[in-house]
Amino acid sequence: MASHDIKPLKLGPVTSWIDERFPVFTYVYEHLAQYRTPKNLSYFWSFGSLAGIALVIQIITGIFLAMHYTPHADHAFDSVEHIMRDVNYGWLIRYIHAVGASMFFVVVYAHIARGLFFGSYKKPREIVWFFGIFIFLAMMATAFMGYVLPWGQMSFWGATVITNLFSAIPLVGESIVTWLWGGYSVDNPTLNRFFALHYLLPFIIVGLVLIHIIALHVPGSGNPSGVEVKTEKDTIPFHPYYTVKDMVGLGFFLIIFAYFVFFKPNALGHPDNYIPANPLVTPAHIVPEWYFLPFYAILRAIPDKLGGVIAMFASILILFVLPWLDKSETKSGYYRPIFKWFYVAFIVNFIILGYLGAQPAEGIYVIASRIATIFYFAYFLFILPTINKYEKPLPMPKSIDEHFKAKH
Amino acid sequence: MKKVILALVFIFNLNSVYAGGGGAEHLIERHWAFDGKFGQVDKQSAQRGFQVYKEVCAACHSLKRVYFRNLEDIGFSAEEVKALAAEYTIIDGPDEAGDMYERPAKPSDQIPGPYANENAARASNGGAFPPDLSLMVKARPNGANYLYSLLNGYRTPPKHVKLSAGMAYNIYFPGKQIAMPVPLAEGQVEYMDGTPATMEQMSVDLVNFLQWTAEPEMEHRNKMGIRSLMFLVIFTILFVIAKRRVWKNVK
Repeated sequence: MASHDIKPLKLGPVTSWIDERFPVFTYVYEHLAQYRTPKNLSYFWSFGSLAGIALVIQIITGIFLAMHYTPHADHAFDSVEHIMRDVNYGWLIRYIHAVGASMFFVVVYAHIARGLFFGSYKKPREIVWFFGIFIFLAMMATAFMGYVLPWGQMSFWGATVITNLFSAIPLVGESIVTWLWGGYSVDNPTLNRFFALHYLLPFIIVGLVLIHIIALHVPGSGNPSGVEVKTEKDTIPFHPYYTVKDMVGLGFFLIIFAYFVFFKPNALGHPDNYIPANPLVTPAHIVPEWYFLPFYAILRAIPDKLGGVIAMFASILILFVLPWLDKSETKSGYYRPIFKWFYVAFIVNFIILGYLGAQPAEGIYVIASRIATIFYFAYFLFILPTINKYEKPLPMPKSIDEHFKAKH
Repeated sequence: MKKVILALVFIFNLNSVYAGGGGAEHLIERHWAFDGKFGQVDKQSAQRGFQVYKEVCAACHSLKRVYFRNLEDIGFSAEEVKALAAEYTIIDGPDEAGDMYERPAKPSDQIPGPYANENAARASNGGAFPPDLSLMVKARPNGANYLYSLLNGYRTPPKHVKLSAGMAYNIYFPGKQIAMPVPLAEGQVEYMDGTPATMEQMSVDLVNFLQWTAEPEMEHRNKMGIRSLMFLVIFTILFVIAKRRVWKNVK
């Protein structure tokens, strides 16, 4: 079987000259081709590589957009229309970048969902998990600033709402906001610095991704059974098995991506962003992009400004503590009958929070947001720690090899 | 998982969260030549729509993102575009003496708007600002149907509604009171191709035209989309087959 058939790396004269001085080829071979991976991974494991590809797509399209974009309040909107109308295939680059941001979040949310179900955050992969959260936070900052750049109505007013949140910080809040804005309201200085930071952060994300993967390669990948690798029989080399499998995932990813880019490029956006920013006219409903909606709902659920800000950040930062909140020895949700249903409820609740984030903050929507927010935090702080005491895990396979054989 | 996401996108777009203001009337939904994956610009209709814009709307609304040269995409010839542009006057300069001067527009110029600046526009329209129409179809939810409905949505106000000064009653406009007086009337324009200028004809032509001004790349985008999806479907199938072959001997 595959255990013994990983070919040793053969380098030619040029490649071995380079490799002796900078071992890029042996390193890539070791960590990509030879990397021993559990053989029972499901397609739920493809989302990590898809996230990496989405990041590369965003960087490449972003750099080309930046060649034609003007980060000045008087010219930004016009420069984006110039890209759409005059730059050769500018409309394509722009739509790939805009849709690509949404696709990036789809894939990352699926990747996190995998982590939450299969206990990917548990010992010994806590550092992988932490860097994942750092990546998520950096992604959100990047996406937020990126959305401001076209300088449409939603760009401007979304920036106004979110930057104003920092004024909730006691004592220094107002000064911090003025400092962030570079003035007394969201204006040209804000736009200019958001552009600089939006260009910078993706490269920081690349660094975080490398650490994320290096940290993962210490213990190796988790797997759907939750049973760790015991012998070589449990594993197969990453190449060609997971390279080809990830290409299948990539195929489906690109089909959905292309469908939106070519046929529904504005479906995930907001029409108000095709109106140039006007500080004197406030849109009827200020909504962030869909991937922020659950957190926006949590923010608005709390009646107090500072309370809302704290709750919103806490809803993400709580993920850091997850390895200690859920200390069950059983990693995989497949063998945790009580946990499984609470997990489904959590996902449904998160989607409901997303829906509520797009509704006006009135009446039943507020009540529903509060209930959903309470459940969100209760899941981490109360439900997960309690489940461990009462749950009897189902019998697990003795090894990955056994799990794989049972499924084939 | 992907189906769940598509379903969610569908659901998110069902609500009226994007409708500005409360109590939006259900729009008139028409079938358009540009609908769907095989949508096209009805060029004859778009040309008529440009004539409607030029003779009716251009009195107040600019179309500044459209260059005269773009009009060749809806079927005007290069000579027609040149002649059309020359009818307009552009302020250019400064010349060598430091003065601004007037000259006829060229195909490389943007279509000039009716007013020098926003203040002039507001002064001529009782404080209201007629927005630029280049992107209007994308700037409103369900933009094409919204514009069509709006043009045909003027009514006499019901007894209980008090119209503010200078406003007209339109059942599709958020808040129902719109500063624009009813723009179209039967036979208002004499079409160059002889088509009778009914309300229906003019509104359809105008929407076809404005859809093109908002998304000039649409036909190319649709064509590329069909080809890309066909390519991707074929190659995904090939990769599924390759994956199964590679994995066949894993025990």
